[in-house]
Amino acid sequence: MSLEQSDVENIAHLARLAVSPEELEGVAGDLSNILTLVEQMNAVDTGGVVPMAHPLHMAQRLREDSVTESDQRDHFQAIAPETEAGLYLVPKVIE
Amino acid sequence: MHDKTLTELAAGLRAGEFSSVELTRAYLERIEQFDTDLNCFISVARERALASAERADARIRDGSADALTGIPIAHKDIFCTSGLRTSCGSKMLDNFVAPYDATVVARLEAAGTVMLGKTNMDEFAMGSSNETSFYGVVRNPWDRTLVPGGSSGGSAAAVAARLCGAATGTDTGGSIRQPAALCGITGLKPTYGRVSRYGMIAFASSLDQGGPLTRSAADAALMLQAMAGFDPRDSTSAQQAVPDYSGQLDADLRGLKIGLPREYFESGLDAEVAASVQAAIAEYRHMGAEVVDISLPNSGLSVATYYVVAPAECSSNLSRFDGVRFGHRCEQPKNLEDLYKRSRSEGFGAEVKRRIMIGTYALSAGYYDAYYLKAQQIRQLISEDFRKAFGQVDVIMGPTSPTTAFAIGEKADDPVTMYLSDIYTIAANLAGLPGMSIPVRPVAGRPVGLQIIGNYFQEGKLLNVAHRLQRESDWHLAAPVGF
Amino acid sequence: MQWETVIGLEIHTQLATRSKIFSGASTAFGAEPNTQACAVDLGLPGVLPVLNREAVVMAVKFSAAIGAELARRSVFARKNYFYPDLPKGYQISQFELPIVGRGAVEILLEDGSRRTIGVTRAHLEEDAGKSLHEDFHGLSGIDLNRAGTPLLEIVSEPDMRSAREAVAYARKIHQIVRYTGISDGNMQEGSFRCDANVSIRRPGGELGTRAELKNINSFRFLERAINFEIERQIDVLESGGKVVQETRLYDPDKDETRSMRSKEEANDYRYFPDPDLLPLEIDEAFIAAAIADLPELPDVRRARFVTEYGLGEMDAAQLTASREMADYYEAVAKAAGDARLAATWVMGALAGALNRDGLDVTASPLSAQRLGGLLARIADNTISGKIAKQVFESMWAGEASADQIIDQQGLRQITDSGAIAGIVDQVLSDNAQQVESYRQAEPPKRAKMLGFFVGQVMKLSKGKANPAQVNELLKERLES
Repeated sequence: MSLEQSDVENIAHLARLAVSPEELEGVAGDLSNILTLVEQMNAVDTGGVVPMAHPLHMAQRLREDSVTESDQRDHFQAIAPETEAGLYLVPKVIE
Repeated sequence: MHDKTLTELAAGLRAGEFSSVELTRAYLERIEQFDTDLNCFISVARERALASAERADARIRDGSADALTGIPIAHKDIFCTSGLRTSCGSKMLDNFVAPYDATVVARLEAAGTVMLGKTNMDEFAMGSSNETSFYGVVRNPWDRTLVPGGSSGGSAAAVAARLCGAATGTDTGGSIRQPAALCGITGLKPTYGRVSRYGMIAFASSLDQGGPLTRSAADAALMLQAMAGFDPRDSTSAQQAVPDYSGQLDADLRGLKIGLPREYFESGLDAEVAASVQAAIAEYRHMGAEVVDISLPNSGLSVATYYVVAPAECSSNLSRFDGVRFGHRCEQPKNLEDLYKRSRSEGFGAEVKRRIMIGTYALSAGYYDAYYLKAQQIRQLISEDFRKAFGQVDVIMGPTSPTTAFAIGEKADDPVTMYLSDIYTIAANLAGLPGMSIPVRPVAGRPVGLQIIGNYFQEGKLLNVAHRLQRESDWHLAAPVGF
Repeated sequence: MQWETVIGLEIHTQLATRSKIFSGASTAFGAEPNTQACAVDLGLPGVLPVLNREAVVMAVKFSAAIGAELARRSVFARKNYFYPDLPKGYQISQFELPIVGRGAVEILLEDGSRRTIGVTRAHLEEDAGKSLHEDFHGLSGIDLNRAGTPLLEIVSEPDMRSAREAVAYARKIHQIVRYTGISDGNMQEGSFRCDANVSIRRPGGELGTRAELKNINSFRFLERAINFEIERQIDVLESGGKVVQETRLYDPDKDETRSMRSKEEANDYRYFPDPDLLPLEIDEAFIAAAIADLPELPDVRRARFVTEYGLGEMDAAQLTASREMADYYEAVAKAAGDARLAATWVMGALAGALNRDGLDVTASPLSAQRLGGLLARIADNTISGKIAKQVFESMWAGEASADQIIDQQGLRQITDSGAIAGIVDQVLSDNAQQVESYRQAEPPKRAKMLGFFVGQVMKLSKGKANPAQVNELLKERLES
């Protein structure tokens, strides 16, 4: 599988990464090489094989519905880049 | 005293031969002496360590000490530590101080260990050489021109160089076992779910598992004893009782069935590494174990499968690093998209970005079935291979890594070649099985690791098998020259 | 030209758990920003989700209430996209294997007709936070208190053909989630939000392109938004244009829908099973325990009201609209000893007074016991219906029981025939001319004229004379 530069642009946008025009060719090459490695998978017929999402055969455990967390806003926001009036600030959200 | 194992250090502390404060100072001095060069540590917590050592000494005095009380250790910088930076080897988290402790950190703290600092690692644990760290490469104490392996390279090198009594690490595709092999120490990746992942910054959630890096199997048993156990804050944590690992160490190995997967000894494996591994296996024969040839037919696909599963999960796990609530934020974002793109592109290094993009692609519309679903299916096949094998044998053995430590820079520009250095370790993560690496006969002065893979929750068996070899040999006792 | 409308609804209902779906933070509404957003809700590095049992119990209840297929095994997936109110960069939801499968509800339309609307699925997921658009030096503020609140997203089949049907369906779902207690259904607080997929087509033709109307938080707006959208699409198609598949936002101030460009791009959500959570497996014991305290459901209760109390279908529907109203009604009926009288009063005087004062039935100053006590006095002829209205108003304003008011104000009906005879004779002698006219009138006209005398007697008795006795006595005197 060989990725075009436009594919890289699309992927980078989905992942919210900036790839500069100068980097595009190199990144496309690296990703294509990795995909070639990955495509070794096609050597095996997996028809009818149940996909495995977790290594262990366990079911989800359930938590009792009780409030166990208290307000730690100041503590949490001490590590935030930009806050005001208890809110996290971001460039204007347009709906 | 820095050359002692945890067992010996614990005995020394108990007997009053030295105090935890003295021991801690000794390690801090060694860090000061050697680490400018080795670069094992991202953060050293000198004052905090000494305060913690004083508390440990009080516990030892009043008789409330546990096995590890007063032992100075280091944590891989992927485990959140309240009040001390947790960088994950990334510029993204260069300013991140977690508001909580990882469960592993809390458990080892409760056991009375003294945290010396946080060790260097590949950025977000993505790498096999420690070269992707924002904080620079770690040098292998056996030869400073070599990589220590990765991603827990800082922890492995620090233990090998006797800069701490033991260290924690994480293993997503070999990140404990491979650096342990390359640095000549003992590393254990437990069964998925054995050690809590809470507070351990996620790379690939269905593969990540924390474990110890130590000088010996007996030390690993002590560390795992403290680290393992059910955690209600981790849905994937196993509700299995933790056995007494140290108590099983000396069990006899007569009749033990060791499986040697033929796929682990085929082309790609360095001949001298193979010979060294075979020499260790011969030791097991002498101890009365039976060696059986087995096959793991799909193991050749583990690297390919891993490079879909791990990037897919990481592409999602790393979306939270967006410059809004913590971590790196770009200067003067023009708009929301600019905030995301610049914060993430400035904060993440090349390898992390590569894996995010591969994973994004593998999950995207039109490619999900061909990549992600296919990988999940092969994961099932790989897992079934092991299930069949463990119907025949008690443990599986082979090399940890196809080569000894390689030179810094040698593979840095070739991701695919780098990925193949994890060819023997990845399958255990895909299946969720426990695996260990222990040092065997070095090749040209470079350490070699023997990998032992066990069945689910058979850490006790792995430690027993490893310990018996370490009783009969002294490869694990060798220290790099000058340390 | 004829157009047929096709509507499907996606309803997001917040589940009434104490804590969030994957964390132990409180779900209480209205807290200071970010004071109820814990490390898990904020998506800080290293934290992990653990599923709230009660959210699962509530989904099971809903499934039972609509007779749906319940998945014994369901899977949580990640829906990946970047948005500031989505802290982790993904929403934990259920995608391929939702907990609630196919079910159906029956809606009763205003003309008395019934329709069955299919429910495709309902799945558990976490809510996002909120972006506040007040200006912080050109920036937006993010409050993540709501992030992680459990939601049940209920997806209907495209079975509705008009805005009214869509509203009836939404009301039915609202009624069910409130009856079963799985949601407070509070639309102002965003506990019950509707997205509508609207398209038009030629009757019997292929489905048209749909527009998705987002985040509608009242039934009135739902009806208006759909009707606006139908008109818009007809205009587009009839002027030779094409309907574009897009997300549109309803603006109640302008009563129009407009395109939300910001939600358009990057709709590749890259769903995959969340590796931090394991498959949710529920067994028969879990289900039995979950539905053990399920109340009588609205449709069953409505049918029972018809048979047990002899009410009409629409009256029964009105009285069972909410569980609280139905409970209130049944308590009144029991205390009054007359179910139909109770229905008349609850739907009439009580509903009117509640509406006038803007109160919910649960906040009624007049308890069901007290109202029932009043109606019992009508039933046993202690007071007339007219006097009862007067007593009702006194009871609404105060604390006293019907009997206390009747006694204090001397409103007890006069049933003593001697006393009534005295008043009747007084009226007849005061109105001799009318008496003469009555006697000369043809019998068919007399009935109407009798009303005049009854009125005079009631007036003189201050409404207290027993009307039946008055009628009888007047006739006797006038005809003799």
